[in-house]
Amino acid sequence: MELILGSFGNVLTFQNLTFMFIAMTLGMVAGALPGFSATMAVALLVPFTFTMSPTSGLVTIGALYAAAIYGGSFSAILLNTPGTPSSIGTCFDGYPMAKNGRGEEALYTASFASGIGGIIGTIILIAFALPLATWSLQFGPPEFFWTAIFGLTIISSLSTKSVLKGFTAGFIGVVIGMIGLSPIGGDVRFDFGISNLQGGVEMVSVLIGFFCIPEMLKLASNPRQEHMKVGTISGSRESIVKAFWNVFAHWGNIIRSSVLGALVGILPGAGGNIANLVAYNEAKRAAKDPETFGKGNPQGVVATETANNAVVESAMVPLLALGIPGSPPAAIIYGALLLQGINPGPELFTKNAEITYAFMTSFFVVNIFMVIIGIMAGKYIFKFVTSIPTRVLIPSILLLTIVGSFAIRNNIMDTILMLGSGLLGYILNELDFDSGALVLGLILGPIAEKGFVQGIILGNQISTETPWIIFFTRPICLVLIAMSLLSACWPLFQAYRRKKKAAAAGGAA
Amino acid sequence: MLIKKLLLALAAVSFLVAPASAADFPSAPVTYMIPFNAGGESDIFARAQQPLLEKALGQSVVITYLVGGGGAVGWKELIRNKPDGYYTAGFNLPHVILQPLQRKKAGYTTDQIKPVMLFMSTPNALVVPKDSPYKTLDDLLKAAKEKPGSVVLGGSGSQTANHLGVVRLNKMAGVNISYIPGTGTGDMISALLGKHVNGLMTYTTVAKNYANDVRTLAVATPERLAVLPDVPTFRELGYDLLEGAYRGLAVPPGTPDDVVQKLYEACKQVNNDPEFKQKMDNMGFFLVDMDPAESVKFINELTPIYKGILEELKK
Repeated sequence: MELILGSFGNVLTFQNLTFMFIAMTLGMVAGALPGFSATMAVALLVPFTFTMSPTSGLVTIGALYAAAIYGGSFSAILLNTPGTPSSIGTCFDGYPMAKNGRGEEALYTASFASGIGGIIGTIILIAFALPLATWSLQFGPPEFFWTAIFGLTIISSLSTKSVLKGFTAGFIGVVIGMIGLSPIGGDVRFDFGISNLQGGVEMVSVLIGFFCIPEMLKLASNPRQEHMKVGTISGSRESIVKAFWNVFAHWGNIIRSSVLGALVGILPGAGGNIANLVAYNEAKRAAKDPETFGKGNPQGVVATETANNAVVESAMVPLLALGIPGSPPAAIIYGALLLQGINPGPELFTKNAEITYAFMTSFFVVNIFMVIIGIMAGKYIFKFVTSIPTRVLIPSILLLTIVGSFAIRNNIMDTILMLGSGLLGYILNELDFDSGALVLGLILGPIAEKGFVQGIILGNQISTETPWIIFFTRPICLVLIAMSLLSACWPLFQAYRRKKKAAAAGGAA
Repeated sequence: MLIKKLLLALAAVSFLVAPASAADFPSAPVTYMIPFNAGGESDIFARAQQPLLEKALGQSVVITYLVGGGGAVGWKELIRNKPDGYYTAGFNLPHVILQPLQRKKAGYTTDQIKPVMLFMSTPNALVVPKDSPYKTLDDLLKAAKEKPGSVVLGGSGSQTANHLGVVRLNKMAGVNISYIPGTGTGDMISALLGKHVNGLMTYTTVAKNYANDVRTLAVATPERLAVLPDVPTFRELGYDLLEGAYRGLAVPPGTPDDVVQKLYEACKQVNNDPEFKQKMDNMGFFLVDMDPAESVKFINELTPIYKGILEELKK
């Protein structure tokens, strides 16, 4: 405890606060621009931190990372384009809210939700880093396979219109994810003889394609229509108050989403991209009014934004406790630690405890700052975006998507794929196929494949004749299988309940 | 008159655009492209080199990333760039040998990668969890012999130095150890610490950085390592296994030799910096010094060996 309190002193120096403030501003901008991911922002910042003390360097990187994840919500809400893969789910309700004239409220809701999600994530990080890290080691390849399968079953409740279309979209996503180098085996497949496709399909550029381009095309096809209603809700202050209650009157959602986010974030290889969708789905499933989700229910925004900001801190758990970088930004921080002469792992809690605790507690400060900056800036961002006429907005955004999709890997193939998936996304959208389901397939397909192939080889330890039984013999696997079955059959169960209710109502009448 | 002026202007512009003369190389910033993710071994090493390299070259060094295809996407881009020494990239062995052998369209061929220097290696190391029943390499091989296939070792990926190390060890010892490829060195560490795999054929960096959690049974170097003095080499134990990954800097084919030489000297100067060497030793990176000609020779020597192993793997 003393260490924690003492570390506040180490964090709250004028120099650190200045660095953090600058990093957060940059992070929010990077997060908000589609195509500039949190990982990239962190990679760009790291060289500057070499000249700082280890503590200052780490808190600056942490601030940037958290702010970038939060910044992703801006473009999700205002442009239907997840700024980072962690805010895919924020589009589902954030953008409809904005369209209905509640854009400002949605922005503030995301601010409060991000802040509280981050703070709960920080508490989890400080209190449970070691036991949680040990728990995460229980997840081997078979467990990852089932986790990915469980993730895919979310499609059944995510796709409201048609489960069949949802799973078809998910399947298309899995197939797109197969292009390029296979995760295991190192073979190149489905590259159609184009050597640039060896690198596979970059998820962020596909995200931009599937979410942003169809929306821009829709807007362009109806140029007289306003981008979103402005000013139908009176004043910013009222929006702030509403947003505050959207978040803080729903502790069930906050706790559930941030705990889910933290759990997913701890697993190496999984991150905000999965966590926000799982949290969204669970919020919807728990809600009394699931049919309002996807039409501008603020609880959707609360769920995704709490979850993805809880991931930021929990992703640090394996890094700090075990020295295993579990996510791309954590890998960069791992490198930065090594270059600072600090050995990630148990030493962080003994020899370098002062630095480590300062890093962890700095997330409290970051998340509080984030809410304040978000609320102050939200008004101007909202006014700015909504004041741009559609005929200027569409080409500007399209230009941004091209620059952004190229910038991710400096690969022109990514831009071509972005435009291609934009077109495909537009067609699929018109046919009521769910982009969310497709993206879920794209994210989870490779994780499932890797878990499956590695798991089969691992099964040799148990039995060289029937190695596949490893998928059914481990306790966590069994739990995950049960969860998958439950999740896949949920809509059936719900339909049954609705029918019964209708029958009861009919009987009464 | 006007034409003359225009021509002069054009000449001036082209001079500005292409500072190609070797004598004043480098007169503009040098790009150092990493074909792997930020945070990996190649990136960490390049980041440590960067400030010293800038001092040695007297120009800024810009690190960029072009990730994909296990490095192939980046190397394809490298060979397409102007051969003037201003576009350089990190390159790895055995990757640049194996990929063109194995893929129909890797986008580059091994001889198109013009080496400036091979400056660092991470030899293979066989590690097991600290509390593993396998106390020595013999224990592990004995278990593998008793139940063929049941001992599982993880490693950094398919057709990497780790993978080849397991394949070669299997052949030398007449055993059948299963190999699980991961997606990078870090990927399999959690599988080791969680005891999902029996051990890892990994790099010395892991043996060094996770010394509290692992026991290193053997290293694939000619002699024992100063940083791991108690660990025997495979050779000592009767298996002539020398295997590891090498990293270096390369330029597009056709880059003038005097430019390459200048880059080589700068890299060499970085390697000779005592503080840099100390830091890299501590991380388990081994500095080597192969000049452009030696690097080419080394690659040419390795190629038939890897070709043979690949044939073997296909069977």
